[in-house]
Amino acid sequence: MSALGRVVRSGVARRRVQTLVIGLAVMMAVTASVLGGSLLVASDAPFDKAFVRQHGSHLTAQFKADRTTSAQLSASADAPGVDAASGPYPTTTINPQVNGMSVAPLSVVGRAKPGGDVDRISLTEGRWVEGPGEIVLSADSGLLARMGLELQFSDLPGSPTLKVVGMARTVSHTADAWVEPSEIAALTPAGTTGGYQMLYRFTEADTAAQIGKGRAAVTAAAPAGSMAGSQSWLALKKVSARDTSLFVPFLVAFGVLGLVMSVLIVGNVVAGTVGTGLRRIGVLKAIGFTPAQVVRAYVGQALLPAAIGTAAGVVIGNLLAVPVLSETADAYGTTGLTVEPWVDIAVVAGALGVVAVAACLSAWRAGRLRTVDALAVGRTPTPGRGRRAAHLAARLPLPRPVSLGLARPFARPARTASMVAAVLFGATAVTFATGLASSLSEVVTARDHNAADVTIGVVGPQAGPGGPPGGSTATPDAAAVDAAIEAQPGTAKHYGSATTQATVSGVTGYTNVVGFDGDASWGGYTMVSGHWMSKAGEAVVPTPFMTATDTKVGDTVTLNAHGKSVTVRIVGEVLDTRNGGMQVYTDAATLENVEPGLQATSQYIAVKSGTSVGSYVSELNGKLQPLGVSSTSAKNESESDTVVILNSLTAILTLMLVAVAGLGVLNGVVLDTHERIRDLGIHKALGMTPRQTISLVVTSVVIAGLIGGALGVPLGMALHGAVMPAMGRSAGLNLPDSVIAVYHAPELVLLGLGGLLIAVLGSLMPAGWAARTRTATALRAE
Amino acid sequence: MTTPVIELRDVSRRYDAGPPALQDASMTVQAGEAVAILGPSGSGKSTMLNLIAGLDRPDTGTVTVDGVRVDQLGEAGSARYRRSKIGMVFQFFNLLDDLTVADNVVLPAQLSGMGRREANRRAADLLESLGIARHGGAFPGRLSGGQRQRVAVARALMNRPPLLLADEPTGALDSASGEDVSELLRGLNAEGQTIVIVTHDLSLAQSCTKRTVQLVDGRITADMNTRVAR
Repeated sequence: MSALGRVVRSGVARRRVQTLVIGLAVMMAVTASVLGGSLLVASDAPFDKAFVRQHGSHLTAQFKADRTTSAQLSASADAPGVDAASGPYPTTTINPQVNGMSVAPLSVVGRAKPGGDVDRISLTEGRWVEGPGEIVLSADSGLLARMGLELQFSDLPGSPTLKVVGMARTVSHTADAWVEPSEIAALTPAGTTGGYQMLYRFTEADTAAQIGKGRAAVTAAAPAGSMAGSQSWLALKKVSARDTSLFVPFLVAFGVLGLVMSVLIVGNVVAGTVGTGLRRIGVLKAIGFTPAQVVRAYVGQALLPAAIGTAAGVVIGNLLAVPVLSETADAYGTTGLTVEPWVDIAVVAGALGVVAVAACLSAWRAGRLRTVDALAVGRTPTPGRGRRAAHLAARLPLPRPVSLGLARPFARPARTASMVAAVLFGATAVTFATGLASSLSEVVTARDHNAADVTIGVVGPQAGPGGPPGGSTATPDAAAVDAAIEAQPGTAKHYGSATTQATVSGVTGYTNVVGFDGDASWGGYTMVSGHWMSKAGEAVVPTPFMTATDTKVGDTVTLNAHGKSVTVRIVGEVLDTRNGGMQVYTDAATLENVEPGLQATSQYIAVKSGTSVGSYVSELNGKLQPLGVSSTSAKNESESDTVVILNSLTAILTLMLVAVAGLGVLNGVVLDTHERIRDLGIHKALGMTPRQTISLVVTSVVIAGLIGGALGVPLGMALHGAVMPAMGRSAGLNLPDSVIAVYHAPELVLLGLGGLLIAVLGSLMPAGWAARTRTATALRAE
Repeated sequence: MTTPVIELRDVSRRYDAGPPALQDASMTVQAGEAVAILGPSGSGKSTMLNLIAGLDRPDTGTVTVDGVRVDQLGEAGSARYRRSKIGMVFQFFNLLDDLTVADNVVLPAQLSGMGRREANRRAADLLESLGIARHGGAFPGRLSGGQRQRVAVARALMNRPPLLLADEPTGALDSASGEDVSELLRGLNAEGQTIVIVTHDLSLAQSCTKRTVQLVDGRITADMNTRVAR
């Protein structure tokens, strides 16, 4: 082995702690980078990538079974412009029951295999159907199902059942569920005819016109009047882009944080390690090593553990990325998101490059030192640094180990700065994550309009003014219900609501119009701008409605229904995502002309302070029973999948970043402790107990923790302030202050102390090591 | 008969697979004695000092200092023992360079929880009695070797330990400073301070102590009284 090789090997073997720290830091950084990089890549056109991967269907066409045959549809695959086709697959709509309760109808397709030339369905769980009595559900079907669940069909002959054997996802959204083709006949209700599904890929399908041309070609190839409907991939792409754009700013923020932190910490670890080897470098030079050989030796010494750390980091990063990318795929409604190989390659090259550059720069500086200076620099901080701080700290009315620890950061300002930076990033991540969770909670609260203590005719997550009335299917006598509420002791205030549909001049399709009977301003509607309506003829609307109608607060819109119209003035912008934000809230009196006799179908009640809600509901229900309705105190809480996914992603990513931040502190403390081990030995020889030693080491990071926390919190707030509105804009929403300004003073103090907690956690391991080090060993340490 | 300050019984210590650093060593030191442990490099004298100071534990045998079984103490117990029972003076002083002379001296008392005022007063007295009071605000790096060793002695005496251990206390000093420190140690012993000095310097042993314990290859080969040269 060459002299250089021996130096590298002995350096790695002798400096075990630093070797371990380099390996660990690089491992964590690579793990975070693989995760962050994969998220960034996954956030780049996820629908398009999934569509290519699944060989998605450009046109999904539904044909009537009584107007065509399987053979005729197969022939449509030869229509001009058709590149590939799949099908025909028999289809029907099923109305299953779960545990005797009816659930939403499902569009089911009979398909023997998930693969094929078009729409290669990805199984996310379980397996594909292998025979009758089995069903595979789409992850996007909306049915909360688990593997092994039985779907019953009591209204079909023989009351068949289907067992869920798999969950799957198709980016082309070709079905809610799949069964064996032969099963379709048994699932088709008597008196109805099923249909066929054909999936086409065209040679040209980038524009609506090209899709239209392809649709015309296959329509012409099939028997006349047999096509019942079709769905273009461009429409799906548009919807997907709207959904995924919500996540992009969020994931980019976390991805960039992870990458920057990784570079910072790896660079710092390596530079610190080389820095503590100055005396050894002096010895090497004294025995004849050239500066270039010193640099090569130290780069090699850093690269060896870094390579091991990188390998481990890539493995762990890929393993961790599986659940995170799975969550991301759920968020994006796609499948098959994996770590791109080039991400791994780029991270490996980047990590080793950062290590090599950091080691090069530090070793080059050391290599250029005069030998005698390198030997003299030795292991201790530059004399004089931090003495004033040590002198002042000694005067503090604190236990001596604590005051000794407080003075330590001033002896190594650069190292302290790097620890501050690590804590700062960690505190930024935690602050951002906390704010994001609070904001999402505010959005959910604002969307649920949940302020009422008691409701009548509002049940289920989709209900409310914009949804179907629940609790009772009978149309209640609104006046009688109103009177009962008024007469009930304990009623503080209440309002009713009724929903109708109207067209809005200039906008295609119907818009939900909600008329309020009474003051609904306290009902939990969060205003973005303007004010709540105060009289007939005024309306408040969500942002998407204003965007669709190109209106602003103060403008008027005309609502048309039953051949009549009414013009309302928009006086406020409300945060609401129901019905895609296409809602108009107005006073019931406004609708008298276009919807005479419109009666409230839902009632919202606030009880007087001190009133027992349970007793109130019980007594009120006694009066409401003859009217065929009932009241409830159950809240209408609807935490969406998006919120759940965002919250779980936030938790995972924050934990990762906090771990990397803690490692940055750990590295700094290890270097410091290693460097000052002899001082530690002196302290111990003078009677410092292990507990006092731990106090000293832990206290040495307190200042870095406090400063990092104090700077990280405003940075995290700023990041939140930039990302949340961007997420809102991506979703077509303007977010009110209540959603953006979610930080409160006590919470900020706690978040600031979070920086201290990160620092303390990062210092515990080296503190324990310092406490356990034998005094004699420490005193002998070179 | 008084209880000895130090009592070693059949003490052995071996590091890794090498030969024993100390083998079946037994000796006692009475209060007020000044004893030199003398031997060449590698003879086991530093091992013996570490065992008495509670910095290391014997493989076999017992070490008792001022009634405390040092060989049975844990890390925290050893630390408390060092605070209260011994003061240590090292060859290379082992002063903390970023603390002033006064802060170095007062440190053992602060670790023991002594009140600030009392500790400062005690430190000032020590610095005064050792002739280095005017250097109280200076950093150790600015002092001469002899002055630094005086600071180390002051620090060692801060908690009024019954036993003062000195490891080659003049080893890093020029002859004039060495003589100065020897004089200091003699004076302390004359005032009743029990002192154990580890050295390979026969003249130091003879000038400071009345008794010399000779170590060779980890074994006590001689234990004799000597005349103190004044």
